[in-house]
Amino acid sequence: MINYIIRRLLYVLPVLIGVNVLTFVLFFVVNTPDDMARMQLGDKHVTQEAVDNWKQQRGYDLPLLWNKHEEGLQQLSKTIFFEKSVGLFVFDLGVSDNGRDIVADISERMWPSLAIAIPSLILGVLVNITFALLVIFYRGSILEFGGLFLCIALMSISGLFYIIAGQYFVGKLLALTPISGYAPGVDAFKFILLPVLVGVVGGLGSGVRWYRTLFLEEAAKDYVRTAKAKGLSDIQLLFKHVLKNAMIPILTGIVVILPLLFMGSLITESFFGIPGLGSYTIDAISSQDFAIVRSMVFLGSFLYIIGLLMTDISYTLVDPRVRLD
Amino acid sequence: MLTLLWTDMAVFALVIGGAFVAWHSRKKEHLRRPWLKVFNSSVGVISLTVLLLFLLIGALDSIRVQHYKTLPNGETSEHTETLTVLDIMLTPLRIQVEKTYSKPFAHQAYAKEMSIDSVGVTRWVYPPLVYGGAHLNKPSDKQRDVITKTLRGLGFGFLAWFALILIFKLFCNGLFRANSNSIKNFFLTLLVIICLVAVLATLGPYYHILGTDKVGEDVLYQAIKSIRTGLVIGALTTIVMLPIAIILGLMAGFFRGWVDDVIQYLYTTLSSIPGVLLIAAAILMAQVYMANNPELFTSVEDRADMRLLLLCLILGITSWTGLCRLLRAETLKIREMDYVVAARALGVGRFQLLKRHVLPNVMHLVMITIVLDFSGLVLAEAVLSYINIGVDPSTYSWGNMINTSRLEMAREPIVWWSLTAAFIFMFTLVLAANLFADVVRDAFDPRSN
Repeated sequence: MINYIIRRLLYVLPVLIGVNVLTFVLFFVVNTPDDMARMQLGDKHVTQEAVDNWKQQRGYDLPLLWNKHEEGLQQLSKTIFFEKSVGLFVFDLGVSDNGRDIVADISERMWPSLAIAIPSLILGVLVNITFALLVIFYRGSILEFGGLFLCIALMSISGLFYIIAGQYFVGKLLALTPISGYAPGVDAFKFILLPVLVGVVGGLGSGVRWYRTLFLEEAAKDYVRTAKAKGLSDIQLLFKHVLKNAMIPILTGIVVILPLLFMGSLITESFFGIPGLGSYTIDAISSQDFAIVRSMVFLGSFLYIIGLLMTDISYTLVDPRVRLD
Repeated sequence: MLTLLWTDMAVFALVIGGAFVAWHSRKKEHLRRPWLKVFNSSVGVISLTVLLLFLLIGALDSIRVQHYKTLPNGETSEHTETLTVLDIMLTPLRIQVEKTYSKPFAHQAYAKEMSIDSVGVTRWVYPPLVYGGAHLNKPSDKQRDVITKTLRGLGFGFLAWFALILIFKLFCNGLFRANSNSIKNFFLTLLVIICLVAVLATLGPYYHILGTDKVGEDVLYQAIKSIRTGLVIGALTTIVMLPIAIILGLMAGFFRGWVDDVIQYLYTTLSSIPGVLLIAAAILMAQVYMANNPELFTSVEDRADMRLLLLCLILGITSWTGLCRLLRAETLKIREMDYVVAARALGVGRFQLLKRHVLPNVMHLVMITIVLDFSGLVLAEAVLSYINIGVDPSTYSWGNMINTSRLEMAREPIVWWSLTAAFIFMFTLVLAANLFADVVRDAFDPRSN
């Protein structure tokens, strides 16, 4: 088990290097450091000296991937790519191109993202499971058919409409919550209410269908039939056997997305004006702040892989039959 | 004169691909059976009919011809412009442009304007529209006029449908008996569609059925034109994604060893980067490139088309990983099956093994993924366009319609019809695609048999 985890963690390294190269190439394939400098300094009336100065200060005055003027290993290491990437692997994210400390920014902006992501996840799972159990309980009736059709209909509505409709009806017409914005501390509650609601409703269609498939798969197993033959009622069956055993795929499914909750949702945050990590990334892309984009991509892929690893480990924890080697 | 844009090919590829699948499946028993199952379910037939309607509109919108300009007063000018067949069919909607916002079925503008009446006094009034309801003698006739025109449209629609059935009955009567239930469903759906089209066609030249937008363009026209964009995104992305996913997936599962390691590394790396970031970076890159090389993209149309093409390319590159993983797992299973081992023992080459024994047995996964992904892509376009990393702002698309309606919803009084139009059209297409995907999955999934 320990061996397995170490091996998997070592496997993370090449993936992260690959991610880094890809981000780097995508960013610099048409964009030169000169363009970046001009954009940061304000497009027009920038002298070449100012550009050079900006590059010098931030370490963008080296060649991109290959330094012709150096000898031996220095050819690789004296480059923008190498100098900018090494810090990432020890989580020293450095300063953004406009001079702010990225680690401090992230640890500050992480909380609004989590304040929305965690309640959405918990509430979403509970609501989805409840409706999925209801749909299964009324199997074969018109209620099931109607419920499933409703799920597909809900899935067919773009997430944008949920957000716009939520902002219009709840925020503007009923004036129950603010339309957008955020405040730290206890005041945050009224601001996160609407995004969480929209998140839960938006995920309802696909969520209910997903959990229903899980439960149905479990309900088709032999031990359920045996229990039924022994005279258990449908409710007992559903809650004591099916739900309990279906918790394995449910839990592992949740574990895989847990680390990514930190990243926040790009769309929701930019719509509701929440100063989380999602909007941080979007802003960085539009202002071409390479340092932030690179750090966020790095962090995102790191968390994704950690999520995969945690899933594997959680399998062994909840299901003793699974062994990792 | 015919002209072709790159994305037009995607629409035609969709048509040809669909026709090929149909033709190919007719001969093969293992494919014909699940398709018959699809055609026997009423949901399958209804959703397929709706999808075919959308495909027809998209195809009509992709055939470009040189056409003499029609002036607003109905005369033809000597200058030509490149129009699609759909544009020509929708001429009244296209050229009847008002000054600014107007409500659905309105005969006057949405906001008051200053005007000078015959006596010379300036007043704030709702100015009458140039086209919408202009044929009315007095505005109070409008309700009756709309109802009569709707009824006339319904009548025409019903007659056309009835004629179609008669023709159909005369020429291919055999089909009626063989598949009576699905044919009945097909014709009932057709009746609804034909009546709807007929009503829209009778009302369209006289009213703006879904209102007009900020520059006075008919919203119904915009929504119909957006169909093509949705289809192109779905089709082109699939065309890009399929070969990568199939080739790499089969190779990883079949050859194992270092090939498998490399391919697994590739898809883990790609799928660990948040998709939106990758798309955003690529679109920004393209914008910079286009800004630096304006000589390569002469017209706005060219540039918009290029951007649409690029968007599909990137969506394709980010979306092959899921299918690839599925195919790899399935191939791993299949290569150990007795018949594959037997074929290998008999000396069948690797390429032949993959082509004749492995590929046909994973095609159901490919089929299911294609139809399932299609609706997701249409929805993704809207979100991406909304945060300005989707299609070009000059392209008609539902995402762009929603994007502009964001400001309109904040107006007082609000302008709701652009959003509603985009909602109705998108919902219909995605719902039909989702329902169809569901039926196809049930029919093709071996576990459900």
